[in-house]
Amino acid sequence: MKTYLHIDWTSCDGRGLCTELLPGVLDRDDWGYPVARGKVGRERTDVPLRDADRDAAQEAVFLCPKLALSLMQRTVPEPGQRTPGR
Amino acid sequence: MSQPRDSYPAAPQDNYQDRQQAGYQDPHRDAYAPPPLQGPRDSIRQEPRLLAAGPDAGWARHTDIFGRWEPQAAGPGLLEVLAESGLTGRGGAAFETWRKATATAGSGRKSLFAVRPVVIANGAEGEPLSFKDRTLLAHAPHLVIDGLMALAAALGQAGTSGTNMYIYAPAASLPRVREALAERPRGKQVRVVQAPETFISGESSAVVNMIANGTALPTDQRRRLSESGLNGRPTLVVNVETLAQVALIARFGARWFREAGTPTDPGTRLVSVSGPAPARDVVLEVPGGVQLCLVLKEAGMDPGSLSAVLVGGYHGRWVRPAEHALSPVGPPGRTARPGAGVIHALDLQTCGIQATARIVSYLAGQSARQCGPCMFGLPAMASILNRIAGGETDHRLATELDRLGRLVSGRGACRHPEGTTGLVSSALEVFAADFRAHLAGYCTGPGGVAA
Ligand code: SF4
Ligand code: SF4
Repeated sequence: MKTYLHIDWTSCDGRGLCTELLPGVLDRDDWGYPVARGKVGRERTDVPLRDADRDAAQEAVFLCPKLALSLMQRTVPEPGQRTPGR
Repeated sequence: MSQPRDSYPAAPQDNYQDRQQAGYQDPHRDAYAPPPLQGPRDSIRQEPRLLAAGPDAGWARHTDIFGRWEPQAAGPGLLEVLAESGLTGRGGAAFETWRKATATAGSGRKSLFAVRPVVIANGAEGEPLSFKDRTLLAHAPHLVIDGLMALAAALGQAGTSGTNMYIYAPAASLPRVREALAERPRGKQVRVVQAPETFISGESSAVVNMIANGTALPTDQRRRLSESGLNGRPTLVVNVETLAQVALIARFGARWFREAGTPTDPGTRLVSVSGPAPARDVVLEVPGGVQLCLVLKEAGMDPGSLSAVLVGGYHGRWVRPAEHALSPVGPPGRTARPGAGVIHALDLQTCGIQATARIVSYLAGQSARQCGPCMFGLPAMASILNRIAGGETDHRLATELDRLGRLVSGRGACRHPEGTTGLVSSALEVFAADFRAHLAGYCTGPGGVAA
């Protein structure tokens, strides 16, 4: 099991509070929305977290004014196994 | 942008009737065995399967051609047969159908009370260049309904009340679907919901949202639809062509299905082919792994007189026509992923950058404006493309386009940003020379100067 920070893009308003709380994990894009550092593809919506970042992430989840953040536990998908087309 | 017409390919001679006369009464798996396909894939001659019943097939003609059959009875064992067949989704993602169905079946059983799953036939194409699903619903609605009922039964709800099967399709397809449902036993168990004509109306979470709330906008997916979809129930959204393929596989078996196509891309698929006049928009049924050139020729085009082909639709990629096989798997330089089966050819006179700029402007307009990176990023990309297409000569524009693409991809409730950036990156690759020319102040097209 691995912890992921899930960003609900339909709720986020890009004021950037989370990027201040998680500077090592999130950066801000041109418009103020969070971008996961060093991640590509869907890992920028479900951002894998290192253990060290978990507490700060939990705080961001509580403080996000739009309730756009959540933590989830997910088993790491086996290599070569994609998620169904959603 | 070409106006897709509801066209029907000239049906090659079929011999199902002969087969029926030759003692074809009680269809069981493999009874349908068509003549073996000859030799290597040097032709796309494909006996029609999905459209075998001919134009506007009603219930009588459907049962005549495919045989009488109980979709509900196909339930047990269907998922295993689908796994053997290797069928992949025909709606775009090309995910293995059995895996998707098994995930939904699994989460229905996991919960304390067995929750009845929902199966939705998705006929929303959205894409202006796609018309194969519409064609299928017009001519073979019963095959789609067979597949829907068989899959619903396989997910463990045979004989239960009919609130868990839906057909979701645009207004134009609905009269035909309703007529077909009225013609057949248990047709009342299937509910019909109208899909709006927007690009993202067919995205799975938008489909569920539309049925639940009347809004065809994608929703944030913290949990997968297979775990919690319509009214919190495990939900399977399946493209209508995929369902029609399920119906055929359930009837005639995995081995029969694999007699067309290649081992890695078995079976057939429908493609919506469009291109420069005088080529007509046609729907073709082609075997998996077919050469793109052959499909273009079959549709009446000369691959030599085309500059590029858009494969997979607005969320697909541009490729040069030569030497590409149409298949969801294979080496990138030699295969083009069919996506939802869109093939759109560009003639030598049309500027690829302008064509891409038009498409990306359309896609930016179709963003549901829910997610920041998509809402701001796609219009920014469209504007840069339009500036390049319009003759602006600043070399930083191409770099900026690339940067924006990398910035928005992966950041949205649905895959609209990735789909759009994939198209743009293929344009930067395939039309690299044109981009250089544009940015240096001239257009390589016959116009001479950038428009
Ligand atoms: S704190 Fe919440 S609303 Fe603000 S940028 Fe971060 S996710 Fe978006
Ligand atoms: S990513 Fe774009 S198209 Fe998809 S839900 Fe968000 S705003 Fe809408």
